[in-house]
Amino acid sequence: MILERPKSLADVSTHFCPGCSHGIVHRLVSEVMDELQIEGRTVGICPVGCAVTSYNYFTCDMIEAAHGRAPAVATGVKRANPDKVVFTYQGDGDLAAIGTAETVHSATRGENITVIFINNTIYGMTGGQMAPTTLPGQVTQTTPYGRDPRYAGFPVRICEMVSTLSGCAYAERVAVDSPAHVKAAKKAIMKGFRNQLDGMGFSIIEILSTCPTNWGMTPSQAIERVRNEMIPYYPLGVYKDMTDKGGVFGDK
Amino acid sequence: MAEERVLMKGNEALAEAAIRAGCRCYFGYPITPQTEIAAYMSKRMPKIEGGVFLQAESEIAAINMVYGAAASGVRAMTSSSSPGVSLKSEGISYIAGCDLPCVIVNVQRGGPGLGGIQPSQSDYYMATKAGGHGDFHLLVFAPASVQDMADFAVWAFESADKYRMPAMILSDGLLGQMMEPVVFPEISSAQPEKPWAAVGHNNARPHNIINSLYLQPDELEASNIQRFERYEVVKREMASAQTYLTEDAEIIVTGYGATSRIIRSAVNAARKEGIKAGMLRPVTLWPFPEQAYKDTLSTAKVYLDVEMSMGQMVNDVKLAIECKRPVHFFGHTGGIIPTPAEVLAQIKALDEKIRKGDI
Ligand SMILES: Cc1ncc(C[n+]2csc(CCOP(=O)(O)OP(=O)(O)O)c2C)c(N)n1
Ligand code: SF4
Repeated sequence: MILERPKSLADVSTHFCPGCSHGIVHRLVSEVMDELQIEGRTVGICPVGCAVTSYNYFTCDMIEAAHGRAPAVATGVKRANPDKVVFTYQGDGDLAAIGTAETVHSATRGENITVIFINNTIYGMTGGQMAPTTLPGQVTQTTPYGRDPRYAGFPVRICEMVSTLSGCAYAERVAVDSPAHVKAAKKAIMKGFRNQLDGMGFSIIEILSTCPTNWGMTPSQAIERVRNEMIPYYPLGVYKDMTDKGGVFGDK
Repeated sequence: MAEERVLMKGNEALAEAAIRAGCRCYFGYPITPQTEIAAYMSKRMPKIEGGVFLQAESEIAAINMVYGAAASGVRAMTSSSSPGVSLKSEGISYIAGCDLPCVIVNVQRGGPGLGGIQPSQSDYYMATKAGGHGDFHLLVFAPASVQDMADFAVWAFESADKYRMPAMILSDGLLGQMMEPVVFPEISSAQPEKPWAAVGHNNARPHNIINSLYLQPDELEASNIQRFERYEVVKREMASAQTYLTEDAEIIVTGYGATSRIIRSAVNAARKEGIKAGMLRPVTLWPFPEQAYKDTLSTAKVYLDVEMSMGQMVNDVKLAIECKRPVHFFGHTGGIIPTPAEVLAQIKALDEKIRKGDI
């Protein structure tokens, strides 16, 4: 079962680098779509970033959004078609820098959508520049001496921030660095989609991810970095859960 | 059966007509002088089945919400005024690149920068030449009355769907705020099928992808060429102009939108003084009605372009008549509206030159 390709994942090879978490997360999202049998009524919104061509990988209907605007595009689709399932799939540059306003406001409106957020502490697609999530001291193409918070500011912790908003029904941070964490990540993604089916409001699942290519690491070194550097700075866990309180409007 | 006339503001007439034309999603952000459109939509949409009004966090979000709704096959609209339309340009480019229909209303105010809140026509370039990055065009309609605001809302939605491209209604603060009687146009309820929409495939067809990314140069070029072939059809079928007393006119005064009303008064006054003046008003700004201009060459000796800008349409007029006659310009900016007396003075000066043989 584990090795079988989910139906919601196209039978094509992806362009992701070896050891990149994007591939694992695509698989998890597809498995969830399969298990909930929602592929036929789902519209996915892909970002500008390494997941830009996800429209070729997910077999549900797909829309490619401008950089950072996926939650606004998702809002348009969902408001026009409340009976459809709408998710965004975004990187940290996309969601936490250029698209911060769209993230915050779709969350605070309680948009009934599911957001899959890939935090790899770097801009992957453009070749490894500082992201809003880049850790203090982390060397990137645009922080060649390491990110100095006095100069380049502090990293953004999205789950912590978004969970303060009343429209946020569910915020959980997960990782995909071990089989146990992958299992937990799938459970969180499943919950994010279930919440939408139940009309709970805005759900976001932040996934601590690897970018071996731009970190200049082997896949196994990259996994070690997630464990040793990222998880301590970005603690895993559920930051908000309104599902047993009837969702963000208290009516479910 | 003809409907009753009602007295309405231009912005409200446009909003009501859009709803009657099947617009079911409106996304906007407040800015003077277009806010009546949003206010009207916020009142009406909740009363309509499937109607959506949402005040977005920015013009950027609003146009991207329109993008999403349009991608799912729904008639969607946003409205703004000049600075807000600048912010929408990236989204407009994506919508055009994905061949999606939608309607964008620009109730123009003065610029550049924060400019002013008074009527202006200084977004002609933005609407007709630079609606965003990349090779694309918008359909651009220029209403000149409250009735036009209503009629063109319907026209814009129908043409946007027909040609699968974004349409802009380029209005201004004068038309938006002005009250006039309006009769709402008869609307056919039929909307074209949208088999390309991303709205869930129900396991009944391959997945639809709404996308403007082509990583292979030849694929991107092919998609642009295909779009421009469609634009040729649009040019043939859509270019529209209104003429007034041009049959024997030596002086063609041209201008669009609210300015054409002033030109008409000035032309009437000139005719009373025996001056052979006529008006040519482009109704669509893209496609530009080039043939209508060429048709006036048989009698015209000179053209006078009047705008509430520094003269953004002049070059299009020159190109339309292939520079075969001189094209003069008169205009005001900053929210100052040219008066019929000022335009008449310009006409008289040109007539004098013709009499003296200087033109
Ligand atoms: C308006 C705009 N600005 C900048 C870019 C260039 N750009 C493409 S991808 C990207 C960053 C993507 O990084 P991230 O969101 O972290 O995703 P990742 O590639 O790491 O998955 C940028 C800045 C763009 N396409 N559009
Ligand atoms: S550049 Fe980084 S984020 Fe992008 S595919 Fe490669 S490893 Fe993944």
